Amino acid sequence: MQKEIKLRNFHEAKWDEPIVCELSVPGQRGILIPPAEKGIQNEIGDIEKVIPASLKRKKAPNLPEIAQPQVLRHYLRLSQETMGQEIVADIGLGTCTMKYSPKINEQFVRNSKFADLHPLQDDETTQGILEIIYKAEQCLKAISGMDAFSFQPGGGGQAVFSNASVLKAYHTARGEGEQRNEIITTILSHPVNAASPATKGFKVITLMPDPKTGCPSVEALKSVVSEHTAGLFITNPEDTGIFNSQIKEMVDIVHSVGGLCIADQADYNGLFGICRARDAGFDMCHFNLHKSFSSPHGCMGPCCGAQGVKEELAQYLPKPRVKFDGEKYYWDYDGKTSIGKVRKFYGVVATVLRAYAWIMAMGAEGLREVADTAIINNNYLMKKMLTNVKGISAPWQEGEFRMEQVRYSWEKCKEDTGVGTEDIERRAGDYGLQSYFLSHHPWLIAEPMTPEPTEAYSKADLDEYAAIFEKISEEAYSDPELVKNAPYKTAISKVSHPGIDDPNDLIVSWRVYKKKKGLK
Amino acid sequence: MEKKKIVYPYIPNSVEHVKKEMLDEIGVESVEDIIHKIPDDLRVKGLLDLPEPKLSEIEIKMYMEGLLKKNISCSEYTNFLGAGCYNHYVPAVCDEINSRSEFLTAYCGDAYTDHGKSQAIFEFTSLMSELVDMDVVALATYDGSQAVSTSLSMAHRITGRNEFLVPETMNPELLAHFANYTENYASIVKVAYDKKTGKMDLTDLQKKISDKTAAVFVENPSYLGFLQDDAEEIGKIAHAAGALFVVNVDPLSLGSLESPANYGADIVCGDMQCFGIHMGYGSGLTGFIASHQKPEYIMNFPQHLYGLYENEKGEFAFMRSLNDRTSYGTREKANEYLGTNSGLWAITVAVYLSLMGPQGLKELCDNVMYKCQYAMKKLSQIKGVTILFPDNANFKEFVVNFDGCGKKVAKINKKLLENKIFGGKDLSKEFPELGESALYCVTELTSKDDIDRLAKKLAEILA
Repeated sequence: MQKEIKLRNFHEAKWDEPIVCELSVPGQRGILIPPAEKGIQNEIGDIEKVIPASLKRKKAPNLPEIAQPQVLRHYLRLSQETMGQEIVADIGLGTCTMKYSPKINEQFVRNSKFADLHPLQDDETTQGILEIIYKAEQCLKAISGMDAFSFQPGGGGQAVFSNASVLKAYHTARGEGEQRNEIITTILSHPVNAASPATKGFKVITLMPDPKTGCPSVEALKSVVSEHTAGLFITNPEDTGIFNSQIKEMVDIVHSVGGLCIADQADYNGLFGICRARDAGFDMCHFNLHKSFSSPHGCMGPCCGAQGVKEELAQYLPKPRVKFDGEKYYWDYDGKTSIGKVRKFYGVVATVLRAYAWIMAMGAEGLREVADTAIINNNYLMKKMLTNVKGISAPWQEGEFRMEQVRYSWEKCKEDTGVGTEDIERRAGDYGLQSYFLSHHPWLIAEPMTPEPTEAYSKADLDEYAAIFEKISEEAYSDPELVKNAPYKTAISKVSHPGIDDPNDLIVSWRVYKKKKGLK
Repeated sequence: MEKKKIVYPYIPNSVEHVKKEMLDEIGVESVEDIIHKIPDDLRVKGLLDLPEPKLSEIEIKMYMEGLLKKNISCSEYTNFLGAGCYNHYVPAVCDEINSRSEFLTAYCGDAYTDHGKSQAIFEFTSLMSELVDMDVVALATYDGSQAVSTSLSMAHRITGRNEFLVPETMNPELLAHFANYTENYASIVKVAYDKKTGKMDLTDLQKKISDKTAAVFVENPSYLGFLQDDAEEIGKIAHAAGALFVVNVDPLSLGSLESPANYGADIVCGDMQCFGIHMGYGSGLTGFIASHQKPEYIMNFPQHLYGLYENEKGEFAFMRSLNDRTSYGTREKANEYLGTNSGLWAITVAVYLSLMGPQGLKELCDNVMYKCQYAMKKLSQIKGVTILFPDNANFKEFVVNFDGCGKKVAKINKKLLENKIFGGKDLSKEFPELGESALYCVTELTSKDDIDRLAKKLAEILA
């Protein structure tokens, strides 16, 4: 028998904490810095005389002066006013793959044997971390079917940019750099699939989904490919969680006109051990190691977009790359055809380290278990949401299963009650839920909501999650104003008029606020 | 005997009876019934070819720590490497705060559920804006090289021009990043430097600047450590040609050195790893970009700008503003692409600057500058060693030339390593015209004894 689900009487910490600049007490110190040794001072004399007069700071920076306990307390309070992922069931942030980040992996990156490594140390002194990077690459090759990886991109967007750079280098080397100036993507692929190639100078063609299937159609793709096509940047499944079964056909079409195909695998969590990009014919791909591979998201980074390519394209990857000569691991700086650098040094190696530890803790069976459970969790939650929650639907291919996430719509609820997805999202915070992801722009699905119940959430978590939205929906139908004026139990209350249109109105620092208010 | 099914600690629903219950609820017998539409030729046959797992936490800990033990860190050996990643002291409170589960694991939760995160980011921009003495700072970039590339791209969009004048002494990593980032439109022109001081040659600058110049770029302190003390003059030359003046700065130096904003810079950028973040083999890098409060600058930032708003109760909310600048708002029409960058480091920088205050930063700068001048002096006394650009003050890095002793930097560094010293970065490939030279770095963590021991060992090696 189904246990009755008791919703929590939740309240987030609410500290009314001032801006840190307001905590300043002239003369207080948060930390002391020892002076240079007397012997040095005697040898050099007055340091003020060494600083060129033209570069001497005339007015000390107006930073606050705060004692250490007060600094600590201030930021601890701000942390309490942050839900994050671990304290709540962060099921809502779809496309972000909010899963458990094993605590043991955090110990590894905070170990002095890693934290205090300088990136330019002699390879002889970094054999451990080089071995980790090398072996992580071998694992990702097995998972994706690709032949080489670079971990230099510092995030998914940068990995797509790096793939666009490799694409450019490939066509340029074949004498078609000028001619192949168009890339094709889909509106439901992450915005960086359009923006990163555009930053690289490509013209962007965007395919819309077929209104029945929710997937881009083969015919639409055929109508836009040409001798100008450089490549296809696509996500599969897209944020709808619908797997595009015609993906291989699409890849073949692009190949037939001489273009390359690049898979954005940010939405990979439901595919471990089920599908590999290379097997569908893709030439390049990227994984977000901070998403499917468990590294924490850190308030939006630092992170790693692992960039994978087939053998022919490995020569263009950013340099340097880790090689192994049978005895020693080393950085290989050769590569005259490399695109150069997308990030300083080697990228966010901490994220690679965590991802490797996670892969090694899971193994091949475990990774398949991740995908299977993510799929079960998602379809279980979808069943609950569509059965129990009034006013919600899952447009496109209704009645069909989904992979690891679903883009729902609150359109019916909005029509019936005037309560839309943004209201519901704010209200969810009152029940102790992290805010949910609506949709990337533009909204093709009205009043969207895109949760992703990864393998880290239990059946009880999912039952509670669905029950909360059942409750909020009931509230919307019985007392719409209650939902529209939410939240009531988060760290701050509703802001009625968020957003500005005029850059002159932007307040992005405390000093600007003070100027605008005439405060000293 | 049937193989026992593994229950994974990270996967609560990997327990068979729970899974069965959920599949029943969905109305299927297995996952296969859910994914049957995925074509067979796209399916992985069997299991992925991965190493045997270390299923227990005990095994994974022993395995990973076994690998990490093979490293030798800068807390074991004496480090003189810098060149864009620095062994500065990390206050304990910085680690305490960025280890907090809430900050460590949050992502893009909104202004209500993640209010504290949003406020901490606003405090990061507020504190950096005080340090740089400019009103606008955006959310942190991937690293300092992205900050440079985006700053210069902003100059391109603001001026409508495509040519960039950069110093010949520019950090080659920054240059390689910028060259790839703007490959489709930029023309990068290198300005010569004065061989005695290292500083940008203003005559050459005058010769090369034109109405095509989008920006003149300098690093101050420079990649090679010296200070560009006539930077104000460079800014004037840039402005006279209608170009912007973009300065990359070591933000730590601003405790005692003037902010570029006050000698004419239009955009200031740099890497903030020095502010309370461990090196982590380069993982700790994080970039910033600052400008004045001018609409044409604000609208050309590609990153999130966390604006302050007030609600009816007088509470502050911090929300992403003017989102159509970003690719989240307008995809390919945006200024540049935008993805997840380095938010946790931005918050760490806020903690660091709150701890340091103006006095702490000033004392830190003095400490570092003292050590730098001392190390330069000490090493210059070794036979066969020359300090390049000696007629100039340096902040924390300087170039040591070994041509006078006929030995290669690579060999010298191997010998130093035998003595548990990481010698300076070998510049012989990046700057062949500087001969056998190395870029040395000192910080507040370098002691007088460290420098004296380096000098002693170098004298022995070169003898």
